[in-house]
Amino acid sequence: MSHTFFIAFSYIVTALVVAGLILRAVIDHRIQLRALADLESRGVGRRSRRG
Amino acid sequence: MIRELANPTRFMSLSGTLLPWVGGLAAILLGVGLYMVWFAAPADYQQGETVKIMYLHVPAAWLSLFFYMIMASSALGTLVWRHPLADVSQKAAAPIGAAFTLICLVTGSLWGKPMWGTYWQWDARLTSMLVMLLIYLGILALWRAIEEPNRAARAVSILTLVGAVNVPIVKFSVDWWNTLHQPASVFRIDGPTIHPSMLVPLLIMAVAFSLLGVALHLSGMRTEILRRRVRTLTILEAERLDAQAA
Repeated sequence: MSHTFFIAFSYIVTALVVAGLILRAVIDHRIQLRALADLESRGVGRRSRRG
Repeated sequence: MIRELANPTRFMSLSGTLLPWVGGLAAILLGVGLYMVWFAAPADYQQGETVKIMYLHVPAAWLSLFFYMIMASSALGTLVWRHPLADVSQKAAAPIGAAFTLICLVTGSLWGKPMWGTYWQWDARLTSMLVMLLIYLGILALWRAIEEPNRAARAVSILTLVGAVNVPIVKFSVDWWNTLHQPASVFRIDGPTIHPSMLVPLLIMAVAFSLLGVALHLSGMRTEILRRRVRTLTILEAERLDAQAA
């Protein structure tokens, strides 16, 4: 195998792992924001402990 | 400063302002670094173009250790000072550190094959780095295994501090043992042994990777704070429904 293969594979793997980290961060954040908005839209809040 | 940030609401506000700047700067530096690596940095006189793997491998190795140190400090923050954001920081740092450790091992292996003639050798540096990845994976598994965040944080903190023994082993393995891996060539008492034409792009890539890591860490902490709010509200709702039914 030529050296180009090892260089290209290194950059592809790094790009994929970094892209995965960024995607995971964005998707997870959106899921939590949606869940929070859903709970708040149903009137669930910290004050609900009193009521 | 750390005391002020103990308030999650204040942290959310400050991190929300900082995040786009840190992320933007990371993207710009990554662009500049990659341009220098591909169009300005020379090929090595022995390794040829394969030296381009160094610009990924070395920053990833540094960040692997850096994020473990963040986790170890956060573990102390959880166990000793009981800082409310310490375990949030610890949980957010683990997957980022694990990912950079994986990048370090894979790129190191891909660099090793054309240079050493082998993808893997059980020498002290490579083995201690593999142990580092296994510790990261163990910590991630422990977070998932214990549902209650405070109990999980204490257990993970102890495991993190025990695993911190591996950090100096990784760092000094090339000095303590006779390894296939080369000794340190940047942070040395007698100065770097790399020519500035390669050192400058390497340092730019390292700063870019670090800023990317910090941006991901801030983002992860913000998400974890939201996750805990969701958990608290879900429990409150369940309690309210129980009270209504009773």
